Amino acid sequence: MIALLVRDLKLAMRAGGGFGLGLAFFLVVTVLVPFGVGPDSGILGAIAPGILWIGALLACLLSLDRIFQLDYEDGSLDLLATAPIPMESVVLVKALAHWLTSGLPLVLAAPVLGVLLNLPAGGYLWIVVSLLIGTPALSVIGTFGAAITVGLRRGGLLLSLLVLPLYVPVLIFGTEAARRGAEGLANTTPLLMLAGISAGVLALLPFAAAAAIRVNLR
Amino acid sequence: MKLIVENLLCQRGGVPVLEGVSFTLGPGEALVLRGPNGSGKTTLLRTIAGLQPAAGGRIELAEDAVAYGAHADGLKATLSVAENLAFWAAIYGTDDVDTALDTYALRGLAGRPAQNLSAGQKRRLGLARLLVTGRPIWVLDEPTVSLDADSVAMFGRAVGAHLAGGGSALIATHIDLGLDARVLDVSEFAATGKMAADGFDEAFA
Repeated sequence: MIALLVRDLKLAMRAGGGFGLGLAFFLVVTVLVPFGVGPDSGILGAIAPGILWIGALLACLLSLDRIFQLDYEDGSLDLLATAPIPMESVVLVKALAHWLTSGLPLVLAAPVLGVLLNLPAGGYLWIVVSLLIGTPALSVIGTFGAAITVGLRRGGLLLSLLVLPLYVPVLIFGTEAARRGAEGLANTTPLLMLAGISAGVLALLPFAAAAAIRVNLR
Repeated sequence: MKLIVENLLCQRGGVPVLEGVSFTLGPGEALVLRGPNGSGKTTLLRTIAGLQPAAGGRIELAEDAVAYGAHADGLKATLSVAENLAFWAAIYGTDDVDTALDTYALRGLAGRPAQNLSAGQKRRLGLARLLVTGRPIWVLDEPTVSLDADSVAMFGRAVGAHLAGGGSALIATHIDLGLDARVLDVSEFAATGKMAADGFDEAFA
């Protein structure tokens, strides 16, 4: 399993691996928003947590169709299915690799980009904390969506439509936690809800995704 | 490590393709599958490899005994030859990459990214993967595609060595590998339901 994780990270870092795609997209979104909204620092500061969360969510979405598609096309997925590691572990490792290459860089970049959006001083900690808790859920849900659409030509569109409604609760509780934190209000409840979603999808979706892959390989 | 197939019914896309397939494959034995294109060789191999469920009948084999080799080699273009093999060795919990490199004369290419290999070299790397799995039953689908005569002989020797070591091989191929192998013609087992389905397709083509 560690070999699979190392291989996926290696592939992501090498030429054409797609590492940095999500990060660049996140940067573009957050840089463009102040130009679109205008320089009013009050408005920008108020919408900053939401913009950062939406940017992170869309950036995550961008790299989802690569999770299984490349392995499916070159036959690796067939071979992994006959290998001695369970498909559930393969899914979990794939989700972890996606989070390490897409989710974690977004978490680390968010406070830097928060400056561009005039995020209130109290908000930096909470945007990082909420993204740190919420982005694993984005990766796991996305891996599940990728498992369902593996083998479909141009499955990216279907994948986005499938995954988007599942992303909504994560976005709602994530932005709520970050916004309340930025305004100095109590945000324990939305943070706990967010952690609950992450823990829930982490526990359940690998099984669903593994089942979906087995069906798609038939 | 014996493979026993009894009265197997294989489906492809919900349509029965083969029925009543029965054979046994013991240690040191090889079985060559023949049959025209579309006769169900791949479906049979995928069913035995566990990639699709059998619709009926029985497959008896030890758990984790099969190494499956498909049309696609499962190579990563940006990883080197040695890295590709080392990855599969780690997945299967073995570490003898060197023997595999030597068997298929890949030693000189070990550091080269898989994307820079020719089609035949890629195939050889795909076949070398079987050696690092350490599994006794090889289930191979058209293993000699894009191989030249020397490489086919190389492959024949590797299979021979595998059989001599107590392994077995089930190979769908159209060419003579120089092996002492039984031949099973898959078209004998064509499912009656498939005939009907083919006729249906033609009627609406």
